[in-house]
Amino acid sequence: MPDHIDLAKLILGRLSWDAIPYHEPILLMTFAGVAIGGAAVLGLLTYFRLWGVLWRDWITSIDHKRIGIMYIVLGVVMLLRGFADALMMRAQQAMAFGDSAGFLPPHHYDQIFTAHGVIMIFFVAMPLVTGLMNYVVPLQIGARDVAFPFLNNFSFWMTTFGSVLVMVSLFVGEFARTGWLAYPPLSGILASPDVGVDYYIWSLQIAGVGTLLSGINLIATIVKMRAPGMTMMKMPVFTWTSLCTNVLIVAAFPVLTAVLAMLGLDRTFGTNFFTSDLGGSAMMYVNLIWIWGHPEVYILVLPAFGVFSEVVSTFCSKRLFGYTSMVYASVVITILSYLVWLHHFFTMGSGASVNSFFGITTMIISIPTGAKMFNWLFTMYRGRIRFEVPMLWTMGFMVTFVIGGMTGVLLAVPPADFVLHNSLFLIAHFHNVIIGGVVFGMFAGINYWFPKAFGYKLDPFWGKCSFWFWTIGFYFAFMPLYVLGLMGVTRRLNHFDDPSLQIWFVIAAFGAGLIALGIGSFLVQLVVSYRRRAELADLTGDPWGGRTLEWSTSSPPPSYNFAFTPRVHDIDAWTDMKQHGYARPVDGFVAIHMPKNTGAGFVIAALSAAFGFALIWQMWLPAVLSFAAMLVAVIVHTFNYHRDFYIPADEVVRTEGERTRLLGSLA
Amino acid sequence: MSANNGHSDHSDHAHGHGHHGTHADHGSLKSYLIGFVLAVVLTAIPFWLVMGKVFDKSSVTGIVLLALAAVQVVVHMVYFLHMNTKSEGGWNMLALVFTVMLVVIMLSGSLWVMYHLNHNMMPGMMSGAATSTTPDPRSLP
Amino acid sequence: MNTHTANPHGADMSAQPRYYVREHHPENGTLLGFWIYLMSDCLIFACLFAAYAVLGRNYAGGPTGAEVFELPVVALNTSILLLSSITYGFAMLEMQRDRLRATMIWLAITGLLGACFIYLELSEFAHLIAEGNGPQRSGFLTSFFSLVGTHGLHVTFGIVWLVTLLFQLGRHGLTEANQRRLMCLSMFWHFLDVVWIGVFTFVYLMGVLP
Repeated sequence: MPDHIDLAKLILGRLSWDAIPYHEPILLMTFAGVAIGGAAVLGLLTYFRLWGVLWRDWITSIDHKRIGIMYIVLGVVMLLRGFADALMMRAQQAMAFGDSAGFLPPHHYDQIFTAHGVIMIFFVAMPLVTGLMNYVVPLQIGARDVAFPFLNNFSFWMTTFGSVLVMVSLFVGEFARTGWLAYPPLSGILASPDVGVDYYIWSLQIAGVGTLLSGINLIATIVKMRAPGMTMMKMPVFTWTSLCTNVLIVAAFPVLTAVLAMLGLDRTFGTNFFTSDLGGSAMMYVNLIWIWGHPEVYILVLPAFGVFSEVVSTFCSKRLFGYTSMVYASVVITILSYLVWLHHFFTMGSGASVNSFFGITTMIISIPTGAKMFNWLFTMYRGRIRFEVPMLWTMGFMVTFVIGGMTGVLLAVPPADFVLHNSLFLIAHFHNVIIGGVVFGMFAGINYWFPKAFGYKLDPFWGKCSFWFWTIGFYFAFMPLYVLGLMGVTRRLNHFDDPSLQIWFVIAAFGAGLIALGIGSFLVQLVVSYRRRAELADLTGDPWGGRTLEWSTSSPPPSYNFAFTPRVHDIDAWTDMKQHGYARPVDGFVAIHMPKNTGAGFVIAALSAAFGFALIWQMWLPAVLSFAAMLVAVIVHTFNYHRDFYIPADEVVRTEGERTRLLGSLA
Repeated sequence: MSANNGHSDHSDHAHGHGHHGTHADHGSLKSYLIGFVLAVVLTAIPFWLVMGKVFDKSSVTGIVLLALAAVQVVVHMVYFLHMNTKSEGGWNMLALVFTVMLVVIMLSGSLWVMYHLNHNMMPGMMSGAATSTTPDPRSLP
Repeated sequence: MNTHTANPHGADMSAQPRYYVREHHPENGTLLGFWIYLMSDCLIFACLFAAYAVLGRNYAGGPTGAEVFELPVVALNTSILLLSSITYGFAMLEMQRDRLRATMIWLAITGLLGACFIYLELSEFAHLIAEGNGPQRSGFLTSFFSLVGTHGLHVTFGIVWLVTLLFQLGRHGLTEANQRRLMCLSMFWHFLDVVWIGVFTFVYLMGVLP
């Protein structure tokens, strides 16, 4: 008998039927919705016999363009989940005053704000940013793919399975209740003995591996695979900011990996990294996690800056002002982002000398960003501005981000921060810069490059609706939070006693509602654009009068991107080509060497998610087995020496010939 | 078991150094041996200094140890890893310099910050002082 | 935009087209990519070193480094690892001379030395744990076990990789792909020796100093 019980424990760990939240109506309804929606999607896939296509052309694809699109799909889907969390928080905070407790008890509310932060940073912003960089950078540098196409596919699936673990935590067990950075001792095993923090740790570790590998991939791509003649100082600005971003990724994510591993060891094996006794130091966690955390926010915003540079120069029909200073500003931001991390915990007690140093460095880092802002303005000056949707997002960014940046400099003053730390002022500040910077940048980028990826533009009317709802909604949602913060209201509260505060929260909830309409408009935009795709078609491949190499390809580009690798002579290579009467080659095409699709990345990532799930629930036998399977899968993959093939010259001739005919019919 | 071309992949070449000059210098027997001897010496000295209690003050020993370790790291980089300013167009060196800079910032920054935090926020706890052994709460009934 | 054909075959082949190249082979990025990965690994170790720097004297009433470290064993382990670095170097020299069998022999010797290193390290750990001085005992022991243990895990993965590579060399020989793999493992192996310099200096030697 004892042997039998031990086996069950080895296999099931602490997983039991209790893990399913039968008594939480919100979760049950969500599950019902997900189950029905999921069944519908699976049903449609089966009905239209798309499983084969899905596996062959998307899941196993090592094409950077497909992977980029999948990243963005992931980001948009997770945006809906993360925003649902936001709506619930806004609703709760608008109603829970005095006797009214609202509809979310602390136990639930705490998971929501934790999940909101984790999802928005790791599973919305990072995938959107990575997706854009993945899609655009190889095209901008004249390459056919990234340096390590298989790793690219694997990275995507690791990120996706990380998000799967987070989503699973909704229905099996619960999520962390510690805030998105999970400080110990609250996240330690004594205060959080349940699986929530373990879900947090493993979903981030798995996604983190994907991100790190992606960082290595894009650095090697940019360094090694630029078209002949494209020196570093002739690269497009988006590629420069991508390079800086990926350097930050490679430099910062190992720290996250190490710190989360330490927390995991504390929780699972009783070590003493961050415990309150036996020689641990919880403060060290805060120190180390912010050494990661600050570069992380620059990882998010630098690509957005890159998008804005491309958009401004394109829609003002002018070369970007101050290319060299833009490059230097990006590099300086990259380096300085490592010297400011303590500003996230001025109040933890390191004293005046330490606080002053980091306060000063934090103020200094705003300078290169300011330089960029001026460069964009000077580009617009005397340009012929076209107010297409990407340009609107850019202009919204310029105003919004500057406000957020200024409140950041305010917070950089340690004495001010002592008053405002962990207040709603802080919440308003970082949403200001992340929404104004990253989210607006992503929408600008998506609208800008959508025609390249899919062959038709996004509907401008619904794009403008989305923009205005988002912008006006943002101000209604977050300006009240600045006021509340200055009045002393603390973050992460689910209930308030002072009824005079309520009006501000109601205004903020109204703003959230407007943003919801903004997101809705975006979804409508996608559907309407698809239905109107013939009218909105991009036939030339250059719908905006672009300046960089991606606009020299068809929309969408062929799988090999360029039949012949371009040769570059100047910044804004495509503009240079157009101005000098470039003639597209129409013959002499040869077979093209390309990497093969593979399912290995998906398999290994799925196994690692299984491994993570097993560790979370302490199912030791499945954990060991899945780890062994992972190792075997990796080794088996390394025995595959036939990872490439040649696209026959005939096919290239055919594809290029079709484009020649199309372009000829338009002339 | 064939030693060389047991396959039909035409993209592989069996012989010699790689193409395109992308490979760093592989070193020679002489350079490996020099590196090895230097490393042995640079390892033996620290062990001798500590095990033989050569210096009175720990701080002096500590500084000498760190200095010797730094030199040995450079020996490894040059003689075993063939680190030079040319490999991969200088990018290897740039990556290394950047990493070293970050490691220095991380270590010195963390030490500085944690020292101040401990000093201000953990009064009475000197490093190395034996704390009263708190029983592990998990082991309590 | 011009639509007339540019540079048809036979016309003016001496002049390269201005805006494109007919055949372009991008440089292989594997070695650079792997080096960058090693830099990221360096940062993981830096974090663990930082933890050790902060927690390394938190004995919590438990033993100090001087009480539990056996320096002669550490010296032996250090020598084994250093020796394995040079045997790998010999393997690389044989690879350059295109001698498959010699390469594989030196590689195998390197693996065996690595296995000795791991065995000694595991014995040290087992001994400590048996005495009640496991990683749960204090901040010092936590950071010791995790830093040294992570290094040991890396060496273990290196050995697994080495064995896999031996099979692949046996099957395909010294192809360009395999040579790249050997060079990557070489970088990895030497990198672990570099980290060990930090470990034996900072953890073991400085750890026994008062």
